[in-house]
Amino acid sequence: MVICKSAAELEKMHRAGLIVWGALQEMRTMVKPGISTQKLDEFAEEYTREHKAKPAFKGYRGYPGSVCTSINEEVVHGIPSPKRHVKEGDILSLDFGVELNGYFADAALTVPVGKIAPAREKLLRVTRESLERAIEQARPGNRLGDISSAVQKWVEENGYSVVREFVGHGIGTRMHEEPQIPNYGPAGQGPRLQEGMVLAVEPMVNQGGPGVRVLSDDWTAVTEDGSDSAHFEHTIAVTAKGPWVLTRPKEATGPVW
Amino acid sequence: MARPVQDKKKPGESGKEDAIEVMATVIEPLPNAMFRVELENKHQVLAHISGKMRKNFIRILSGDRVAVELSPYDLTRGRIVYRYK
Repeated sequence: MVICKSAAELEKMHRAGLIVWGALQEMRTMVKPGISTQKLDEFAEEYTREHKAKPAFKGYRGYPGSVCTSINEEVVHGIPSPKRHVKEGDILSLDFGVELNGYFADAALTVPVGKIAPAREKLLRVTRESLERAIEQARPGNRLGDISSAVQKWVEENGYSVVREFVGHGIGTRMHEEPQIPNYGPAGQGPRLQEGMVLAVEPMVNQGGPGVRVLSDDWTAVTEDGSDSAHFEHTIAVTAKGPWVLTRPKEATGPVW
Repeated sequence: MARPVQDKKKPGESGKEDAIEVMATVIEPLPNAMFRVELENKHQVLAHISGKMRKNFIRILSGDRVAVELSPYDLTRGRIVYRYK
């Protein structure tokens, strides 16, 4: 069952979303060659506490960090570590969520470290654009499959592939709610979107094949063929006025990340 | 944080999630395809036959060993999902 939220609840989630957005913006500027993923995690936790929120990932099913930091061929759920340092030319996915007054918000982006190869730049751009296309579909009356298919179409048209093992999710008073939001599938199918639904849409895009496997730490997902992977995410509310990106200030314009 | 994809229903499962499956022995048949069964922990519960078993005319007699699914919400009722030979 998909839980619809009231306007007041959406405001609360937006407040949580702004903390997520703020933290990610700061982290984005911190990403320089040589920084350890642990440093980013510590910053995120500190930022969250300063804003009187709680990191949503820490302890979630035993996840040890506050942020997921996934480098290059790592798709999602990379665990921050003092031993992992990013280097010039890497791509780093930062996935972060908080809980504020009982409501959750979740977002992610993939950032370049220094100067990156044009192929990687294109992967990031296409993945971000697939999220933008998905957001456009988050309108009352559309179906969930319209979101999924918007992502899949744009990604595959550009010669990349969509990860199947992980999906986006509804979000609200828990981090993972119904429905599951795959980044693949036919348009025009699935539940009808209604005002008040809140969806965390997160395309995970591999430069090579769609296969992924999870490393022995039980969390880090990597591409099976070792190709690069990118990941972008926003928490989006379906409203009568159209999609409302909760993990972004209302006045923001331009690309979603 | 991405969610690992979950299938709605695994083949062979009777569709209702979160059921606890336990062994039991049938004590007495009751009307309407209901049975009183005794679980391994000596609790007696009222169990009915799963639709799949009813459709395939799996006969159940008192004394049979059966597998029972219990709902976590109401532990006094269950569903017989398998009869052992």
